[in-house]
Amino acid sequence: MMFHPGILALLLGSGLTAGMLCYSAYEGVRIIRGWDIRSGSEQQLEMERRTYLVSTVMSYAMGFQLLSLFLFIYTADSLSPLFVGAMCAAGSLKVNGFGYPTLIVKIVGCLLAGVWLIINAADNQALDYPLIRIKYWLLLFITPFIIVETTLQAFYLLSLKPNIITSCCAVLFNADSGTIMSDLLALPHALSLAIFFTSAPIAMGLGLYVYLKEKGAVPFAIATFCHFVIAIIALISFISIYIYELPTHHCPFCLLHQEYGYVGYVMYAAILIGAVTGLGTGAINPFRSITTLRHIIPPMQRKLALVSIVATSVFVLITVVAIFISNLSMAA
Amino acid sequence: MNLSAIGKQRYILDLALSSMARRKGKNIALVMVYTFTLFMLASVVFSVDSLKQEAALTLQDTPEITVQRQVAGRQDLIPLTYAESISRIKGVQSVEPRLWGYYYDAFSGANYTLMANTSLSDRTGDMVIGAGVARRNDIGKTNRKLGKNDIIPFITADGAVLPLTVKGLFPPASELVTADLVLMPETDFRKIFTIHKDQATDLVVKAGNGKDPVMIAGEISRIHPDTRSILRQDILQTYQAVFDWRGGMIVMLLAGILFPFVILAWDKATGLNAEEKREIGILKAVGWETSDILLMKFWEGAAISLAAFFMGVLLAYGHIFLASSILFESVLQGWSVLYPHFRLTPYVNGYQVAALFFLTVIPYTVVTVVPSWRSATIDPDSVMRI
Amino acid sequence: MIRLDNIRKVFNPGKPNEFVAIDGVNLTIDAHGATALKGPSGSGKTTLLSILACMAQPTSGGITVQDREISSLSGQSLTGIRRKTFGVIFQQFHLIKGITSLENVMIPAYPLGEKFSTLQKRAMDLLDLLNLAGKAYSKVEWLSGGEAQRTAIARALINNPAIIIADEPTAHLDTRLSLEFMEIMRQLKKDGKTIIIASHDPIVSESGAIDRVVEMRDGRIVEPGGVA
Repeated sequence: MMFHPGILALLLGSGLTAGMLCYSAYEGVRIIRGWDIRSGSEQQLEMERRTYLVSTVMSYAMGFQLLSLFLFIYTADSLSPLFVGAMCAAGSLKVNGFGYPTLIVKIVGCLLAGVWLIINAADNQALDYPLIRIKYWLLLFITPFIIVETTLQAFYLLSLKPNIITSCCAVLFNADSGTIMSDLLALPHALSLAIFFTSAPIAMGLGLYVYLKEKGAVPFAIATFCHFVIAIIALISFISIYIYELPTHHCPFCLLHQEYGYVGYVMYAAILIGAVTGLGTGAINPFRSITTLRHIIPPMQRKLALVSIVATSVFVLITVVAIFISNLSMAA
Repeated sequence: MNLSAIGKQRYILDLALSSMARRKGKNIALVMVYTFTLFMLASVVFSVDSLKQEAALTLQDTPEITVQRQVAGRQDLIPLTYAESISRIKGVQSVEPRLWGYYYDAFSGANYTLMANTSLSDRTGDMVIGAGVARRNDIGKTNRKLGKNDIIPFITADGAVLPLTVKGLFPPASELVTADLVLMPETDFRKIFTIHKDQATDLVVKAGNGKDPVMIAGEISRIHPDTRSILRQDILQTYQAVFDWRGGMIVMLLAGILFPFVILAWDKATGLNAEEKREIGILKAVGWETSDILLMKFWEGAAISLAAFFMGVLLAYGHIFLASSILFESVLQGWSVLYPHFRLTPYVNGYQVAALFFLTVIPYTVVTVVPSWRSATIDPDSVMRI
Repeated sequence: MIRLDNIRKVFNPGKPNEFVAIDGVNLTIDAHGATALKGPSGSGKTTLLSILACMAQPTSGGITVQDREISSLSGQSLTGIRRKTFGVIFQQFHLIKGITSLENVMIPAYPLGEKFSTLQKRAMDLLDLLNLAGKAYSKVEWLSGGEAQRTAIARALINNPAIIIADEPTAHLDTRLSLEFMEIMRQLKKDGKTIIIASHDPIVSESGAIDRVVEMRDGRIVEPGGVA
């Protein structure tokens, strides 16, 4: 095991987060079974008090989830000098079979937790907690997910041994390596560009429609999720090479380094925020017809749609600027 | 966020701070323990990272490939003929023999590193010594450090005495690598250790521009199976791993500090005295919601965490970079008789701050969440009855 | 304005120390009047007041406040309603020690986040109305009984509530101050507020400011004529 302070911090932080979520899930089961807003019984009042605790705990847990995603990537990056062949997080994550799965599960976990917080916010604004059961069912779904993530992360971190030979990003993110990633990278440049610059306006356009007409939330949510995936692929496939000014450098992690102005953090934050708010807009849509939420959900959806549009625009803007100011020319 | 939301935060923060100020005793105790915990952890993190940086910078100038001959698993002298055969390998730019070794000085009880240097080749009897050597070797027990023209008598391997005169000292800035170093002419070196002129301690190989040292090392092993090639990269990784390991060990030990801190935080959070309970009851009775009270508790925790974080990190910075990490020196630098004196170069980045945050603020938050909530859900009705 | 339908409040239900504080109360309180709740200690006055002020929820029964049914609402939304509709004056005043009377008056409005200068002015105006402007910056520990009570009244008024509720307000006051208090209540009634006071002090129940007296005993309302 490697006694790196960053590793210890991640293990401790994730362990505590998983613990907090397990407690929340336990309370959730009790609430699902016994909740009755009309009752004035002691049990009901106690549950109403408890639901504050769960809200608070989940808010903290989500905050930690987001931070730990970045801390995880940064730790992997800072450990790379210890592995032969690794130049950045791309190599560190490849050291054993748990690295990349942990990353993917962490990202999905962030999206789920974000959507939960949005549903929770809607529920708390209504006078009679109309979504209480729904959100606790969702919590029961998320909790094992986070436990899996914590376990995968622990396996990854605890089986790290220095001097394992791994591959660097040039090998992993290479059009010839025969993986799914490489097939995506081998797409013609013009096609990748076209897909990206089509999905972005579609997502933003649907968002604008939600903002103006308070309709169309579900197509918007689907569009933002698709754009989220496309954006990440686009980042690896062609946006990165403009930033690095090197046609063979596709690494998604080197963007986080100082020499590129830490632009990676801004871009990834923008993608994540855009995805979470877009998905949240669609997630609360089915509940518009509930009486106490009738005047709460549409304004919320408008705000979320606006945030999503802004986040997507930031990402697109950075992309466009990067392509324009880059010294690289792909005019072949 | 609209203006009233910001206004609300300000009001609640204001009341949180004034409430804490009215209960100084407990809060100050908690902040002090919190600060101390952060101070210890931050000291470890800063010193480990700084040492890693120093090592990386220092090792930049080590030879790319060092070739050593092994007999029965231990390093042995290497014949100079190997140098010729290695220099003919494709991609090798140069091969230089090195002469160095460890000399145990019975008088001072320390081990010196002796090294032959070509720039002293025509200065028989002279030597250049490092600051650690100067400090340990003290003729006549006068507590005076060795200086120019002082003499150290070396005992050769065949029993003769070879006195060498100090003609220079290494500058203090280089202490990390030169503390125990003695540089001398090749002839004197060979006399002390009775090494034949066809032999060297090891060979230093430089690869040509763009040539792969790993491949060259492989080729060297092929033509001379009794050698091992040490790559610069390997040394760097080993140092990094050792520092990480030591740093992590200390952090684990310091986990012992985390427990009392966490218990104290929990105790303070749960031990609401009657006055605090009354205040919260009043707030709820006049119309504050449970979420407002939770927000107040959040700001209390944030204020304490920020104060402790700021102070702990500043103190740690001072401890490591100004006071040369007095508390940790021995553990981090290893056991030796000749400690180099050096000041660590400050090296602090956002990642360290994030790691420290995770190690302290998160346990504190987790431990105070439930007590905060309990106090926030006090029944306003109970206030009516007092 | 406020209607209680068959309200029951049971403490510690199902346990050995189970206690029925209120047992089937029906009450209607009209707007813009002053009602006194009279009864010996243990009669359930304070509990009823708590429920009226939305500080506690009944075990069973319905409550309607300003035409809105509130018995099935969550604790959080009740607080929101209470904040806007009710101003409560406690028997022990319950001012927060260690801060000034001005701050005490402003505190109920903090969660609403309005501009500081506006809030402060309103608070000062209230203190001025109650002849306390000179004591605005005194810590509450240094106020006399009468001054503390008037600060409590100002605090109850900061969010401009429609209904004022007071629990044994004259318990710690001498006759002169008690009469002063009732005079302030009369003035508030004239300004259009609804007043509900729980007290067994005859100065309150026999005051000219009071329009109606409701008597309670053993958790029930006593009809005029002595029948519960």
